[in-house]
Amino acid sequence: MAEVRLEGISKAFGAQVAIDDVSLTVPDGAFVVLLGPTGAGKTTTLRLIAGLERPDAGRIVIGGHDVTALTPAERNVAMVFQQYSLYPHMSVRENLAFPLRSPVCNLPEEEIARRIGEVAEILQITHKLDNRATALSGGEMQRVSIGRALVRDPVIHLMDEPLSSLDARLRADLRIELKRIQKDLGATMLYVTHDQTEAMTMATHVGVLDHGRLVQFAPPREIYEDPVSIYAASRLGSPRINILPADLFPGAPAGAESIGLRPEHIRLGEGQEAQVVRLEHLGDQTRLHLRLAGHDLITLVAAHADLKRGDSIAVSPQTPLYFDADGNRI
Amino acid sequence: MSGHSITEPTRRQKWIAAVLVIAYTVIILIPLLWIISTGFKSPSDAISYPPKVIFTPSLEGYVNLFTTQTRITPDMEATLPPPETWYERLVREKGMVIAGPSRYGQRFLNSVIIGFGSTFLSVFLGTLAAYAFSRFRVPIKDDLLFFILSTRMMPPIAVAIPIFLMYRQLGLSDTHLGMILLYTAVNLSLSVWLLKGFIDEIPREYEEAALIDGYTRFQAFRKVVLPQAAAGIASTAIFCLIFAWNEYAFAVLLTSGEAQTAPPFIPTIIGVGGQDWPAVAAGATLFLLPVMIFTIMLRKHLLRGITFGAVRK
Repeated sequence: MAEVRLEGISKAFGAQVAIDDVSLTVPDGAFVVLLGPTGAGKTTTLRLIAGLERPDAGRIVIGGHDVTALTPAERNVAMVFQQYSLYPHMSVRENLAFPLRSPVCNLPEEEIARRIGEVAEILQITHKLDNRATALSGGEMQRVSIGRALVRDPVIHLMDEPLSSLDARLRADLRIELKRIQKDLGATMLYVTHDQTEAMTMATHVGVLDHGRLVQFAPPREIYEDPVSIYAASRLGSPRINILPADLFPGAPAGAESIGLRPEHIRLGEGQEAQVVRLEHLGDQTRLHLRLAGHDLITLVAAHADLKRGDSIAVSPQTPLYFDADGNRI
Repeated sequence: MSGHSITEPTRRQKWIAAVLVIAYTVIILIPLLWIISTGFKSPSDAISYPPKVIFTPSLEGYVNLFTTQTRITPDMEATLPPPETWYERLVREKGMVIAGPSRYGQRFLNSVIIGFGSTFLSVFLGTLAAYAFSRFRVPIKDDLLFFILSTRMMPPIAVAIPIFLMYRQLGLSDTHLGMILLYTAVNLSLSVWLLKGFIDEIPREYEEAALIDGYTRFQAFRKVVLPQAAAGIASTAIFCLIFAWNEYAFAVLLTSGEAQTAPPFIPTIIGVGGQDWPAVAAGATLFLLPVMIFTIMLRKHLLRGITFGAVRK
């Protein structure tokens, strides 16, 4: 376990800038989630730390040592890929043993067997150890590939959307399991996802990437409540934050161009009149789609709210977020 | 649409398909059966007209294939001890004796050395080249690949004369090494292109995972890429072997003794008083076996190999 630090890292593929001057510190034992849409540079960041790509500029420091010029094998990092995570020509046991038998690790066989037993126990795959890797279900495969990272005791675990190919229920189960394992082991993790639930529930810190730039790095609560820009604010929260012209409501500060309203920022019952456009019943709550002076607005109401299409309802902001013309927070 | 879909043929369609396939197979197999049966005929049965389908089997062809014989006069025969083995007896009945082994065994061995040697080399070099083309940023990669393929754009025999002269200068004529190099050169374009297709299909993530797991690039290649490319390597090897094994024109041109392979040798088997067809057929029959055995051994991979790479998921 160790602290991982990126110092002014840039990386371009031809004319395409993937990472633009990113500095970031993953504290020892932290669970850092990188958030951003496809193409924001999340995966490239992981690959740079793993050593699968060389940065064009900047340094990568792991546990106080500059590893920028080292090969992946010399860095002692573990990585879980989104897909193709297991060696298909090996059994589950051989897959788990593979990193331990590497020339870098080269452990005695008893130790390898002991560690595999331990990890198999944690991940509940003991009965599958002698299966072929290809004979597993999607969830089992992903558990084994997480296991392949766990057997090793690396300085950092890099995870590239490890749960994205799984169905919703399995994803929810593994999310909790993964967080528990990370806590128990005190492992340092850098986790890439575009799923905000994963970010909110697992992260100690969230890094928001936008076109290769790190726009905000903070605990998830802080990013949710105190985002630096519209972009960062839009990464977290469901339904998404509503962005409306600031002059729609009185009381906007000078220079404010937009007002950002999360459901909890919207008080119903007083203020401007809005029309109910649609109601989405989600069971435990209801999504309320409103039309306010030509703008769409989505908020949440109680499951059995007494509203229907075409009704009028008054809305007003309550401690909202304000942004300037460039989308930056005021 | 009518009651059934394209994917589910009716009974009738299945019958028609089966009959066609069986008819085709029989037609394809007739020359092969002809050769195999001729090998077991006596010389007179072999050339009788109309051809005999039912005949008394004889091993004379095989004995003639493996031995050289001389004619002896009856008084000379009287001085010889009686024949000891079944094949000596067979030869003695024709008024001849075995003078020694023929050159067939040695030619066959040459075919094995050259065929398998060039196959190994083609696949070995092809795998390394294909891996490099598939994974690394090779300068002018596309031009190089096209250049490699372009060696196949003419029949290899078109360059027979330059190669003949070159080999004479270099002392490679009629050597095992010369033939192995030649067949490897011809097969290499095929093997690079085929194997590149197979290796392209193996996701890079596996090697990257191995690199992170603590292995070097070469170890990752050996432990992760090679096992997964096994099907492709096996089918490529079969294609290379079939070419090198059956190649006739260069073998005639460049080999005459030391390194002569079986294909140019078999037609030169001459019996007493005309072509010895049963011996020729026997030689051809035995010549079929190694490729057949090799193909059957790798059959499982071959079928996967042919469909693999062609189909995208």
